[in-house]
Amino acid sequence: MPIFPLKLTPPIATNSLKAAARFKTRLSETAVIRFLQTCAWISILTTIAIVVILGFESLVFFKGVPLLDFLTGRDWSPLIEPRSFGVLPLIAGTLVVSLGACAIAVPLGLASAIYLAEYASPKTRSLIKPTIELLAGIPSVVFGYFAITTVTPVLQFIFPTTEIFNAASASIVLGFMVLPMITSLCDDAIRATPRSLREGGFALAATKAEVSLDILLPASMSAIMASVILGFSRAIGETMAVALAAGSTPNLSLNPLTSMQTMTGYIVQVAMGDVPHGTIEYQSIFAVAGTLFVMTLSLNLLSQVVVRRFARQWE
Amino acid sequence: MVIAAKNLTLAYGKNIIVKNLSLAVGPTTVTALIGPSGCGKSTLLRTFNRMNDFVPSFRMVSGNIHYRDLDVYSNQVDPVFVRRRIGMVFQKPNPFPSSIHKNITWGPRINGFQGDLDHLVESSLKRAALWDEVKDKLNSSGLALSGGQQQRLCIARAIAMDPDVILMDEPCSALDPASTARIEDLITELKDRFSMLIVTHNMQQASRISQNTAFMLNGELVEYGTTSQIFNAPAQRLTEDYIMGRFG
Ligand SMILES: Nc1ncnc2c1ncn2[C@@H]1O[C@H](COP(=O)(O)OP(=O)(O)OP(=O)(O)O)[C@@H](O)[C@H]1O
Ligand SMILES: [Mg+2]
Repeated sequence: MPIFPLKLTPPIATNSLKAAARFKTRLSETAVIRFLQTCAWISILTTIAIVVILGFESLVFFKGVPLLDFLTGRDWSPLIEPRSFGVLPLIAGTLVVSLGACAIAVPLGLASAIYLAEYASPKTRSLIKPTIELLAGIPSVVFGYFAITTVTPVLQFIFPTTEIFNAASASIVLGFMVLPMITSLCDDAIRATPRSLREGGFALAATKAEVSLDILLPASMSAIMASVILGFSRAIGETMAVALAAGSTPNLSLNPLTSMQTMTGYIVQVAMGDVPHGTIEYQSIFAVAGTLFVMTLSLNLLSQVVVRRFARQWE
Repeated sequence: MVIAAKNLTLAYGKNIIVKNLSLAVGPTTVTALIGPSGCGKSTLLRTFNRMNDFVPSFRMVSGNIHYRDLDVYSNQVDPVFVRRRIGMVFQKPNPFPSSIHKNITWGPRINGFQGDLDHLVESSLKRAALWDEVKDKLNSSGLALSGGQQQRLCIARAIAMDPDVILMDEPCSALDPASTARIEDLITELKDRFSMLIVTHNMQQASRISQNTAFMLNGELVEYGTTSQIFNAPAQRLTEDYIMGRFG
């Protein structure tokens, strides 16, 4: 009876050592690598395809409407004669709604993050964190519906001039949609500051609040900035809630109690409407989408630059 | 006595780290705390200014600590006040990621300092022997300094609080010999003004800069006396063995 019934490596005669050591093409491994490679390329190719189509279709639009008129025009009425394709009212609507969202999400998110990172006991933390993440899982359309049925009536009660569709209600729900992301990123940023920094503060007879606000907050400022930029970028791209709550009246105005159309809102309206394909008004959604894409891409790149600066800080 | 610990037993959770230790430190002296790694030197040091309050598992099992006539761990005592009088310099330089100026002025400012901040910056940096090197770049970041300069900045920051006692936990262990020599000179110059307690693994350093030396082993105080007595005529065999490098 052999002691080891299974021989993992067959005995090798000395003269065949070289042969045994030679590289073998391992078929199964090659197949795995190819499969993984393909998967990675699918997302790259998809991105490229979207960019190409956006660019191509926008080009068709810009043959009819000069780029400069599009970017500087103050009147957006693509569906009603006389047509006009000045995108500024849509950009204004987008910015008002998104800045409003950030005005809510940034202070609230930062305060929650400081509380979570520095004050909450592990038990409280393990209760609050998942709850905040639950907020992130609520579908966009639910937020939009909530804006119309609950937020707007409250706003109308406080400010009677509030229109049924209004930018403020969109900002408010959008703020809560962006809140989990900002909270979580700021929490990570504050917790990433080294313990030695806190101890340095406490050793100088600082209270916890002084250490958190005066030392840790400035020390994680670049990561906080990056999270704010990402939150803003997310708000700009958000569609469903905003389309429902803010309405579809292009409006070059800063009054959040009136209806406004955002870039995403317009795209939904046309894409879902009965505008015939191939017409200039149909092409216009690609131009708007392209503009939106350039905006969010720049913001994401900007946040990466800021983050990279932050990563170097605690080496 | 400036600091007096009596029958101190300290623990993290169930692990007793310091056992029934008593130690008293007088005014304007440098006291070296020596002993092998893990014997509880840092734990003891951090207990003096209540820095261990931030370690959730830390427990003071028994004993008490007095800073002058103040019972440091009494319920009536604000730990923030204790840290105002008992400053600390850490093993790794830990300047704030802000200007040299702010590094110095922040502590005094939040503690109600009313005087001239620029003057405070200058005098603290001068006493920390750093002024000449940084006087033209007070607004640049403290992190942009060399390791030795950063540590002197941390000492300057501690001095700016005008404390009574400065605790230093291996302040030179991350530094090169030249920076170490500068900080040793600095400690010698500062001793007329402050009481200092310094943890060090460097026997030469202990003998150069301290007047008194305490030798700890496994959480117990084995021997405490003047530095010359400890190094030249230790009463305990263990002390002699440790100083001669026979263990640790
Ligand atoms: N925060 C903590 N939680 C639990 N145990 C700790 C903690 N800090 C230190 N200890 C333990 O307490 C013991 C003493 O640690 P301490 O840092 O006081 O030693 P030390 O004498 O300063 O050593 P060294 O010379 O290496 O710095 C060690 O066994 C260590 O593992
Ligand atoms: Mg130590």
